[in-house]
Amino acid sequence: MEIIQIVGLGLVAALLAIVLKEQKPVFAFLITVFAGVLIIFFLVGKIVDVIRVLERLAVEGGINLIYLKTILQIIGIAYIAEFAAQVTRDAGQGAIASKIELAGKVLIMAMAIPIITVIIETVIGIIPS
Amino acid sequence: MGADINTLFQIAGIGIIVAMVSTVLESAGKKDIAQWVSVIGFIVVLYMVATWIHDLFQTIKTVFLFQ
Repeated sequence: MEIIQIVGLGLVAALLAIVLKEQKPVFAFLITVFAGVLIIFFLVGKIVDVIRVLERLAVEGGINLIYLKTILQIIGIAYIAEFAAQVTRDAGQGAIASKIELAGKVLIMAMAIPIITVIIETVIGIIPS
Repeated sequence: MGADINTLFQIAGIGIIVAMVSTVLESAGKKDIAQWVSVIGFIVVLYMVATWIHDLFQTIKTVFLFQ
């Protein structure tokens, strides 16, 4: 029942942030950031298990590990960009949040280019000339 | 998770104490000292949060094979 821990953490953090928002909005913002960090820390432990299983399956299936590594990095970029964008949007800077999301998309596209190239080359190789 | 939630309460406690102290100092007419108290409290809390964010990013780096 770890979800109850997460929910409790979120509620406590929200209450503390409300209490502090009147006097010191900066501290309320930092509490929000810290609550986000804690929750993601909590989830990273679960993600590790999933990734280990994926790695094992990839090794057993004989898939080139460079593809798995690229996909995992893409997932990591997506999580980090989402976290930073939400924190920034919470601070009232929607424009910077949008830029962070844009940066995440562009970086993901740049990392996916080798895989796309392999797919296109494979398709071209299949087509009889 | 026990040590981690303690940090959350530490941050909130520092925030509440800093707010109280700066309110008292401002009503006593020491506005510059109140300003310094706020700044130092903010720096302390920012240091704690930044340490945690650093830990989080290191963990994400190792988990998602960036290294």
